[in-house]
Parts: sequence; structure tokens; C-alpha cells
Amino acid sequence: MLTKVLYIDLSRYRYWTENRKDLFEEWLGGTGVAVQLMKENMDPKTEPFDEESTVVFAVGPLNAAYPLASKTVAMFKSPLTGNLGESHAGGRTSTSIANAGYGAIVIKGKSKKPIYIVVNNDKVHFRDARVIWGIEDSLIVARIIAENEGGRGIRSVMRIGGAGEKLVRYACVTTETYRHFGRLGLGAVLGSKNVKAVVVIGRGSRKVQDRKLYREVYDEIFKLATESDAMKKYHLLGTAVNVKPLNEKRGLPVMNLKKTSYEYAENLSGESLAEIIGRRVACSHCPVACIHIATLRLPYENEPYFYKTLMLSYDYEPIYALGTMLGMKTREDFLKVLYRVEAYALDAMTTGVCLAWATEATERGIISERETIVKLEFGNSEAYSKAVEYIVHQPNEFYTILAQGVEKASEVYGGKEFALAFGGNEMPGYHTGYAAHIGYSIGLRHSHLDNAGYSYDQKVESYPEPEELVKTLMKEEQWRQILSSLVVCFFARGIYKPEIVCRALKPVGIEIEESELKKLGEKIYFEKLRLKKAMGFDAKKLRLPDRIFETETPHGKLNRDYAKRAIDYFAKIVESC
Amino acid sequence: MSKKVRRLVIKDIEKCVGCGMCMYACSRRKGEAGIDASGILAVSLSGFERGATVIFCRACVEAPCAQVCPTGAMRVREGGGVIYHETDCIGCGNCIDACTIHAIFRRSDGKPAVCVHCGYCADYCPHGVLAYEEVEPESFRRVIV
Repeated sequence: MLTKVLYIDLSRYRYWTENRKDLFEEWLGGTGVAVQLMKENMDPKTEPFDEESTVVFAVGPLNAAYPLASKTVAMFKSPLTGNLGESHAGGRTSTSIANAGYGAIVIKGKSKKPIYIVVNNDKVHFRDARVIWGIEDSLIVARIIAENEGGRGIRSVMRIGGAGEKLVRYACVTTETYRHFGRLGLGAVLGSKNVKAVVVIGRGSRKVQDRKLYREVYDEIFKLATESDAMKKYHLLGTAVNVKPLNEKRGLPVMNLKKTSYEYAENLSGESLAEIIGRRVACSHCPVACIHIATLRLPYENEPYFYKTLMLSYDYEPIYALGTMLGMKTREDFLKVLYRVEAYALDAMTTGVCLAWATEATERGIISERETIVKLEFGNSEAYSKAVEYIVHQPNEFYTILAQGVEKASEVYGGKEFALAFGGNEMPGYHTGYAAHIGYSIGLRHSHLDNAGYSYDQKVESYPEPEELVKTLMKEEQWRQILSSLVVCFFARGIYKPEIVCRALKPVGIEIEESELKKLGEKIYFEKLRLKKAMGFDAKKLRLPDRIFETETPHGKLNRDYAKRAIDYFAKIVESC
Repeated sequence: MSKKVRRLVIKDIEKCVGCGMCMYACSRRKGEAGIDASGILAVSLSGFERGATVIFCRACVEAPCAQVCPTGAMRVREGGGVIYHETDCIGCGNCIDACTIHAIFRRSDGKPAVCVHCGYCADYCPHGVLAYEEVEPESFRRVIV
């Protein structure tokens, strides 16, 4: 079992480890353990950028042991929502941490000068990052660090770009070029601590208790991953496959959700982007290789026959946020804006929603070029590329405010009715029905992946009573606490069902029954909810933007009373827990 | 004609997605969850935007690693490659330094991890990069196939 926790204190440049068998035995790992480590190491009232603000990276018992267990959970206080921050990333994060021998890494304090941290198995180094501070392209940062450090093939380079340095509240942390701790602003928290990157180099193993059983269960999971249909969607077109069907069903948010069907959807579809795939890559220890990388070949501005070729990974969510939401007409226009967002290491989803709001606000005359500097109009990729730069550099008050998210921007400038945020986090790409929006609202991370309401919407014909819907979504979220404590990729949820999880845990030393596992999911969920409450979450204050009731969904227009009843019911649960 | 041997071969290196399923297979064969004992490494090529590749023993007939081994723990195998006798190994690391392509790795106990061409990992390569085949000695060492 991985039970060692590495503590790093940036204020004193010290580190130590503790064996926290107690925590891992009770809470598995990942989300379950991260919640407890947050409780132990940070006053919930601490502000996200305070010196005392704490960041936890946690893995679980299945990481580096089974395929598709390739995720790491990051937990922190979100500068975007001012509440619980949790985001998950793949790449080599989890295998590097697990192979280095850690179940979790806790980062506290604040460095006086820019540094990057290198965790090399049992050693931690604090490296001077003054020279690379200010390099805004996160890809260049990683190339420099990779040249400096060892551990090729067994390291994860989790770094911030310009957005994190400039404390954009939705700056992400990028790792292995194409994976992200995307949502809720971890990049800004590291930026506030003067940490340019966290490098983890891990080479190691743990002995399994039953070799035969280990290989049997492993092979079963491997076969399901490679031979059954369980991972087919991700293996073929990837999540981008959603564009066309969502458009046909009228569930695709277009131009700040003014509409849900789009004449240019075909151009931004998974099928269209597949035509320019340059290669595919995988997270460590995952045979699926769901990372789709498109080539964007651009001529030099002034020299004929000279080209540069950018390699950009895409998924459904960035296509939605920076494509359809911004009224892009071609895949190239979408990719050009994505390139900027990736270079600065911003959350693509929040950035897209912020720019879509700003564009509509411009159309309505609430703001003008006096605020936006460039004229924002749907479909204009050059203007959006420039605006992305302004979000990072914040040349005026407007961009300083837009860098705090759409909730804040609409508070200051108005236009709240079309400011698409839930619990302070910008909307994901599904306008599929009640479950999607209620799901974003009640999800503890305000993420579509918390409880997959969007998926429920696409399966159901008629809705139950709102209270029932809330119970169903909560139940899904409770099971997902187990998946994110193991930590397996949510894309593999069709493989990691309770029965197989119990069998997979046995060879790594954990005996647990299915029913106990489900109860544990519920327990972790409520622990997280209580932590969220202690951080100031008030479900009664959840705001549902008017826009979601105005625009057609696959289930027709949504009724405000139904949604309100659901939120009220959830608020009661929160109050009583 | 020389006697055929079975070796781990590269079918198409450009297809590698860097998943490292091979690395995990190698240590799993030895009863470990992880990569400590793995004799194969998946890497990106100066970042994943440039692609990925795998590094493992090329089964040299004149193996530098065996030539520099002071105790005879690393012995040349008929048909190319080495047989590693762990109990004779003092963990000096000469073999690790001698390999031009850095295909010998250091385990946490200081001893080397080297591919012995058992072929176990090939069954877990999901994208047709690796195969375990009966080949003419030397012929399989071309990377373009």
C-alpha cells in the first residue's frame, strides 16, 4: 500500500515524510485522502493566495498497478470560486508520484523567490526559477526544465504558464504538454506561491500480495480496455465525437448559448478534426491513447514557403468553449485560439465562456472597445487571440476583472442573466436538459464530470420529481468519489465497476466488500461537502443564469420552478449535513 | 544459415504512443506493481508534441555491457543480447554506463534492469510497436522493417 505522505514547506524550504497508514486505510487515496489532508493542513477560511493556502496532490491504491488508473487528484482552495478546488489530471502525474513511493504530496507555505520543485524519489530539491519566471509559454518552460533534470520517461513536469504567474483565477497547471489540472485555478495558486513547476521523478515498485491474482485481474481489465467496447468512444474519435449528435439534438451551446444548433458544427466536429490528426499519445499506463493531437500548419507572415507546424490536443470541451461558444466557423480558427490558451496555460472552458459573455455584452452595448480594446465579435479568431493575451496581461481594469471569471465580471458590468457560471465555475458544454444544469450546480466541483447529468439527460425521456433527480445525481457523484480515490480515469468508469474494483484491490492489500465500498463513497462525498461548507459554500446562494431557461434543449425549454425545487432540496441536504 | 532465435523486435517505432504498457508488463512479470525492475522505458521525444518511443536492449552480439562487467554477471547470449546473473552482480553500474543507447536501467537496489528478450511485454503493446518473433540473428536489429 502507498501510505507515505511527502510534506513540502515552501516558507522554510524544508520537506519531510510521514507514514499515514491511518488515512489511506480509512479513505483509500485520491479524493478521500486529499479531503482529510486539506482539513489537517489548512484553516478552511484561509484565502487561496495566502501563504497558509495548501495544495494536495493525491494518488490511490490502483495507480501504477493497473491500466487506466492514470489520474492524480489535486485539491486546493479555488481562487475562482473562493471555495473548494479539486481537479484531476493524467499524463505521467500519478505513475510518477506512485512510483516515487508517495500516496500524496502536500505543499504548504510560500517561496520568497521563484522556484521550481523537483521530487526525485526520496529527495526534494528547490531549484532557482528566477531566470525562467516570466517565460509565458508553458511548453517552453517544460522544455527548459526537461533539459535540466533527469528522469526521462519517468517524470511528470507540472507547470504553470503566463496565466498562473499573473494570477488569472482560472490559470491551469499543464503536464506532459497535453494534460491539465484544468479547472478552478490551481495554476494561480502555484503562481501565488512563486512555484513555476512541480517535477516528480519516480522509479520504483511495490510488491503485490498475490502475484497470480494480480496478473489475472490485470489481464481482465486489459482485455476489457482493448477488446470490448468499453473504451471505444475514446479510442476512436474521442470526446470530440459529441459535437455532431449534440448539435443534431439541439444540446450544443453556441455563441454564449444564444442557440443550440449550429450551421458550422460539421467543421468543428470530431470527424473534421480527425482529418488533421498528426499523432495520438497516451497517459502513462493507459492503452487507449485518447489524446488526439491536431496539426495546425501556419505560413510565416512574410516569407513564402516557410511554415511552422503546431501540434495541439483537442477534446470536446475546448471545441465547445473556444469553438462553438465563440462562433468559430473553421477548425483552424478554433485551433489558433486554443494555441494561445494552451501556451499561457489557461483553463480552456472558463476562458471560452468568459469571452463569449464579453462578446454578447459588447453586442448589447453593456461594454465597448473602451473596455475590450479589440472588437470582440463571434467568429473573429484574431480578436479572441488578442483578448486571451489581455486576460493574462490585464492592461486595463476590465481585463483585470475578466481574469477573475464571468461571475465577477457580470457583477461589475451587468449581464448576469447571460453569464454562464454555476457555483462560480463556468459552464461545461452541455445544454442537454435539467440534469446537466442541476448537476453543475450541485456537483461539489461544479463540473459536468461530478455526476454526469449531461449523460442522464441524453438517456431519459421524462424527468422524475426534482428531488428524485437530485438523489440520482448525488448517488452517481458518491460512486465517483471511489473512482477518484483509486484514482482511475473517469473515462474508464465502464470498466471499473464495484465488483472488479474489489477484486483489483485485493492483490494490492485491500480487502473490501462492494457494499462497504459504496458506503465509503457516500462517506467521502459528505466529508467533502462538509469541507466545502466550512470553506463558505452556501447552496441557497446558487444562481441559475436566466439564459438556460430561454434557449431550447433536447427536452424543450426548461422550467425554472423545476430547477428551483431541485436546488432548494439540495440546499436542505447541505444545511443538515 | 545461422540458427534462428526469438527476440523482442520493433515492428514500427513511429506508432509508439508512449503509454508505457510494456514497462509495467516487465515489472509485473516479476511480481511487482510499478517499473522498478523494468528493462524497457517509454519516453517522449523532447516533449509529446514530437511523439514517443521505447528504449530497450538491442541484443548486441558484441555486447559492451557484458564486456565491461567485472564479475561476469552480464554474459553474452547466443544469438545476441545478454543473460543476467543477479547473484554475481555487485551493482557497479559499468553496464549501465557502457550501453550507448542507455537501455540498461538502475533498480532501486542499485542493480541493473535489462531486457532479457522474454517477450512478455509484447502482448501488452496495444498499437503494434513491439512483437516477439523468431528471427535471424542480427537481421532484427534494423529499426526500419
